[in-house]
Amino acid sequence: MSEEKREIAEGHTAEDLMASIRENIRACMQCGTCTGSCGSAFAMDLTPRQMWRMIQLGLVDEILASRTFSLCSSCYYCTLRCPRGLPLTETIHALKQLAVAKGLAEKKGARFYQTFLETVRRYGRVREMELMARYFLIMKSPVLPLRFTPLGMRLMMKGKVSPEMPKFFGSGKLDAIFRKVKELEARS
Amino acid sequence: MKYFYYSGCSLEGTAIEYNLSTKAVMQALGIELIELEDWTCCGASAAETTSDLLSVVLPARNLALAAKMGMDCDFLIPCSACYLNLRKVDERLNRDEGLRDQINEVLQEEELSYQGGIRSRHLLDVIATDIGTDMIKAKVNHKLSGLRIAPYYGCQALRPYGGYDDPEEPHCMEPLIEALGAEVYPWSMGAKCCGAGLMTTKKEIAVELTGELLKAAKGADCIATVCPMCQMNLDSYQKQVSRAKGEDLRISVLYLPQLMGIAFGLGEEALKLNLNMAYTGSLQAKLRH
Ligand code: SF4
Ligand code: SF4
Repeated sequence: MSEEKREIAEGHTAEDLMASIRENIRACMQCGTCTGSCGSAFAMDLTPRQMWRMIQLGLVDEILASRTFSLCSSCYYCTLRCPRGLPLTETIHALKQLAVAKGLAEKKGARFYQTFLETVRRYGRVREMELMARYFLIMKSPVLPLRFTPLGMRLMMKGKVSPEMPKFFGSGKLDAIFRKVKELEARS
Repeated sequence: MKYFYYSGCSLEGTAIEYNLSTKAVMQALGIELIELEDWTCCGASAAETTSDLLSVVLPARNLALAAKMGMDCDFLIPCSACYLNLRKVDERLNRDEGLRDQINEVLQEEELSYQGGIRSRHLLDVIATDIGTDMIKAKVNHKLSGLRIAPYYGCQALRPYGGYDDPEEPHCMEPLIEALGAEVYPWSMGAKCCGAGLMTTKKEIAVELTGELLKAAKGADCIATVCPMCQMNLDSYQKQVSRAKGEDLRISVLYLPQLMGIAFGLGEEALKLNLNMAYTGSLQAKLRH
């Protein structure tokens, strides 16, 4: 795909995503049940309830600048309890996709997921230790690995993961599927 | 009884003991597990943050492999995240024809197709609903007498789909624990979130959530889990969480099938208890006598 075409495709995706996000929470009545149910709310700058209101008002940039949606652990409590039956967790996933589509996703989280999916495309499955090693290589961060090292070392000592370094990616097991998904998404 | 078995990536790595103990217990119960040789990753929580279509195609590929075998079996899935992803396929396929077509257009690349109809079920559902306490009691020969076990269900085994237990106040593990001869440790945290993937991306928050769980479990001999992500958050960070909370929060955390296996007398080797991160000396001593 040419650069120009890709831009158009991604612009389109971002618009579609935003439309479906607004549609999802159109019926929110601001009761706050979602916020009261959310285990991560204590650390959020916008509460879930506030975030839905801002979506209704179309304040997308403000939402994407907040850390709220990146603190969601997908526990589905809000979705379960919302008296309006709105698909809230799914909407947060869509916000995460939107941040990625707009290139605004927090680097760390987005890179982690990218690395994960690259591993899936290449091998079909994920070998956890290799995923971690590759993630650190990509992040080129001397600090990050430290957060995982004690666990990584313990897992290695238990023989649960192999300490081999990853090979570089070439063609992969799920190439055809990944390619086709991209193609269909660009078409819509 | 026969099931397609989807182990998923975690159960091949960090959660290998969950995989092997599940298989050992199922074998002891005379249940056949059919593994699909060519299975691939369900997309975990990575695909849904990137591409909606990819997040349904990846699990659908596995259902398509099973459909090709033409057997009338449910899928048995021990990992809660994998379970949710596989189950989501049928939930969405049935209410969105356009999505069904798109999924199949992609699967066609591998000459696969999936039209829905295979039930994806969590291991806990199968144990509680299909197997049940009578079958379990008949196998118990080493009662877990005197043990207080805190049942931990986590999130995605129950929400949003559930169907086999109350998604906010689950109880289905309680009769199972009693069937093993143990006592249920009374707590209200069984369905609270451990932070899941935030342990990798937003550590402070996961440490806080896990800390609340470990604090509430003080007084139990062991926490029983049914998900590799919950298990990892609860058993691998106990030192850090104890430091953050300023108290000793170390406690044994075992997978439910490991506890069943102990009560069935299957032995530590078959259950891979040596691989657990949190299997305390005091629990080991209690189990020995
Ligand atoms: S629980 Fe539902 S209706 Fe209430 S504020 Fe949250 S999203 Fe809106
Ligand atoms: S799914 Fe996300 S936003 Fe909803 S309650 Fe759970 S952590 Fe909070």
